[in-house]
Amino acid sequence: MTTAPDTPPRARRGPIAPWFTTTVGTLTSIAVTMLGLLFVTFFIGRVMPIDPVLAIVGERASQSTYDQVYRQLGLDQPLIVQFAYYIWDVVRGDFGVSTLNARPVLEDIARVFPATLELATLGVIVGVVFGIPLGVASAVKQGTWIDHLARVVGLVGYSMPIFWLGMMGLLVFYGILGWVGGPGRLGIFYQGIVPDRTGMILVDSALAGEWEILGNAFSHIVLPASLLGYFSMAYISRMTRSFMLEQLSAEYVTTARVKGLSEWAVVWGHAFRNIRVQLITVIALSYANLLEGSVLTEIIFAWPGIGSYITTALLAADMNAVLGGTVVIGLVFICLNIFSDLLYRVFDPRAK
Amino acid sequence: MTSIKTMLTGAGLAAALLAGTALPALAETPDDMLVIANRIDDVTSLDPAENFEFAGVDAGRNIYQKLVNFDPADLDAGYIPEVAESWEVSEDGTTITFTIRDGLTFHSGNPVRAEDVVFSLRRVVQLNLTPSFILTQFGFTPENVEETITSDGNTVTIVTDAPYATSFVLNCLASTVGGIVDMETVMANAQGDDLGNNWLKTNSAGSGAYSLVSWTPNESLILQANPDYYLGAPAMDRVIVRHVAESASQRLLLERGDIDIARNLNPEDVAGIRDVDGIEIHDELRGRLMYFALNQQHPELSKPEVRQALKYLVDYEGMQDSFLSGQYVIHQNFLPQTFLGAVDENPFTLDVARAQELLAEAGVEDLEIEVGVREAQERIEIAQTLQNTFAQAGITLNITVATAAQTLGRYRARELDMYLGEWGPDYPDPQTNAGTFAYNPDNSDEAQATGLLAWRNSWDTGGLTEKVDAAVIENDTDARAEMYREIQAEFRETSPFAIMFQQIEQNAIRDNVENLSLGGATTAISYWVIEK
Repeated sequence: MTTAPDTPPRARRGPIAPWFTTTVGTLTSIAVTMLGLLFVTFFIGRVMPIDPVLAIVGERASQSTYDQVYRQLGLDQPLIVQFAYYIWDVVRGDFGVSTLNARPVLEDIARVFPATLELATLGVIVGVVFGIPLGVASAVKQGTWIDHLARVVGLVGYSMPIFWLGMMGLLVFYGILGWVGGPGRLGIFYQGIVPDRTGMILVDSALAGEWEILGNAFSHIVLPASLLGYFSMAYISRMTRSFMLEQLSAEYVTTARVKGLSEWAVVWGHAFRNIRVQLITVIALSYANLLEGSVLTEIIFAWPGIGSYITTALLAADMNAVLGGTVVIGLVFICLNIFSDLLYRVFDPRAK
Repeated sequence: MTSIKTMLTGAGLAAALLAGTALPALAETPDDMLVIANRIDDVTSLDPAENFEFAGVDAGRNIYQKLVNFDPADLDAGYIPEVAESWEVSEDGTTITFTIRDGLTFHSGNPVRAEDVVFSLRRVVQLNLTPSFILTQFGFTPENVEETITSDGNTVTIVTDAPYATSFVLNCLASTVGGIVDMETVMANAQGDDLGNNWLKTNSAGSGAYSLVSWTPNESLILQANPDYYLGAPAMDRVIVRHVAESASQRLLLERGDIDIARNLNPEDVAGIRDVDGIEIHDELRGRLMYFALNQQHPELSKPEVRQALKYLVDYEGMQDSFLSGQYVIHQNFLPQTFLGAVDENPFTLDVARAQELLAEAGVEDLEIEVGVREAQERIEIAQTLQNTFAQAGITLNITVATAAQTLGRYRARELDMYLGEWGPDYPDPQTNAGTFAYNPDNSDEAQATGLLAWRNSWDTGGLTEKVDAAVIENDTDARAEMYREIQAEFRETSPFAIMFQQIEQNAIRDNVENLSLGGATTAISYWVIEK
């Protein structure tokens, strides 16, 4: 008796893996969002009552120079064709050349974004490190002097104009006390020494082992970062307080206390654990706001970041720079959203 | 943005109040290094064929030599030989032959030759970028430069399309666009047919007192002294220009000794720092004029009496002595003081009664006009003052504040009733202003002569155009100057332009900085003469 040789069962196409569906969905969503963002920004740029050619050639140029630049910018093409060309260039990683300084926009962004990233990251760290404990303490000690103090600190952070605080900070800590560096990212004697690897001077100087330069860079960033951190702290502490108050009035907290758990365990082990997801949203939003660039802080501290870059570009009708900056900011928001989603899953099993 | 500036000014004031008068100067820049705080966000290119904004022109003056140039120690003397050792003008006045100075070298070590001069001037015309009109007005075109700009041995010959005044041609060659570039270096970096333009935007190939080390937009511009400079190595081995946009920040840096010169202090900060030990205020008359212009397509504004009346409704002295104090001086003529042919006659004062008489003669009542103003603090304040004084004669002035580009767009499209703004000379010759304020050969809409201020205001100059044409070909310099004086006298009375003020630039400097020359009304800053 012969038996038929065993043949492997025919591979059956199973259901598409969930991770694949999620990834494709996320990527599609990112692509559609970015396309929409570019579309809106592009057409707003074109209907703005600013002549981009004039912005480049200035008011003294001859008509032939004007016409030459008009054609170079492709403005003689229909709007939709201009947009199609732009999208095609962006897809290939070409954001065009800034009409303000004749450099590739991507190079400009690679220079200004790390400056903002460095500042915003330190700022949000300051905000989180001080904001969360302050918010928790304020909720736990509701109605006491600690709560009042925290609220005053928060209120000042909300209501004080940042330019005024910045100027005062510079005057006191740089002008009078000399504790920190002045406007700019680095003292003039240290410029151009450290190789530019990440564009973030703190990181680059540490990587190069240039500790003196690191110290100088830190002395320059500490004041603007603290200032941004203060505003971030005001927001985070108020939100933390609000979330904590809601949790502390919940029945499970009363049960925990009745069971004899220490106050520390009740507050940090139970109540705080339950606000982590909400806090992630607050911190992500705060970080995203800082990453957009704080124009006033950048002006006062002569900090060449993305906020002042986009503002200057917008006022000068440098639309390549505006579009490039908008794409970067859009990507920042999307990345932070994705990162927040991932953290939700870590802290809240239900989100899985 | 205006509100931002206003807020910052307020913050600066508050800071100044808190600071009192003195901060400890804890640092000091080295003796051979000059550190300047300036707004350098206007720099778009450092190629002399394209460089046309203030901070860029400052750098250009120090990087590139020209055939003729201005001596910072004696700007009133006018142009003097530089790359050209001497020149001769043909009898018919259309050909100028320059003899090139021996022994000059570029920063690369290459000699400066007649071929480099020809290449530099031709490429300006061929590239046809913004400042090219300064040369093309002499009839040079991309098609004819091979014949009109030529070299032979160590001489360079240029042939113009009319017998222009030699002073006119040489003044234009002394402007930034006349900078001589190193042909070999530039062409080694050319891409396609760009004649090295893309590379020269951010690099230098000159023979001047300094070479460019780096330009980082909105951050810094660094220059290195040329030890082989033909007038001797500059005392300042390195010049660092840092972009600091905010006046109060510039002031703090200066008081702390971290910079030597603060170039953009507002009047409040100048007043606050004036008496501080170790700091001086350097005042210098520059070429920019503040004016307003009336669109002659407006039925009422086109009446001569109304134009005249509005010139009597300006509180010149009040503004000069208050919010413009130290920054502007009354000047009612289109040629800035120190220019050839400049006059200092300022006949108009605030005279409401006279203005009312003129308006009555014109039969104008309840006039309402719109003025376009860009969002700059002092211009808005001037517009508000005009609003006040115009109202005293029953004229309603509606102020429209917008960005520079928006306001300029409407001005060039002849859409504004009235424009309030500044004008600075493009090159150091009277033709630069005469040729725009008082020159308009075709006033039709189709002419689209948007570069001419007279056209923008739809003003048929009533014979001044021909007088301007005559002045540019007058070779007797004294006679030429007299022609401009006459043109300005007529212009003051008949034009729709009310020139009000000439700018004074106030820089705050550490008191060890010597020989600072910002360039007056004719040129830009000269770093090579500065000592500490």
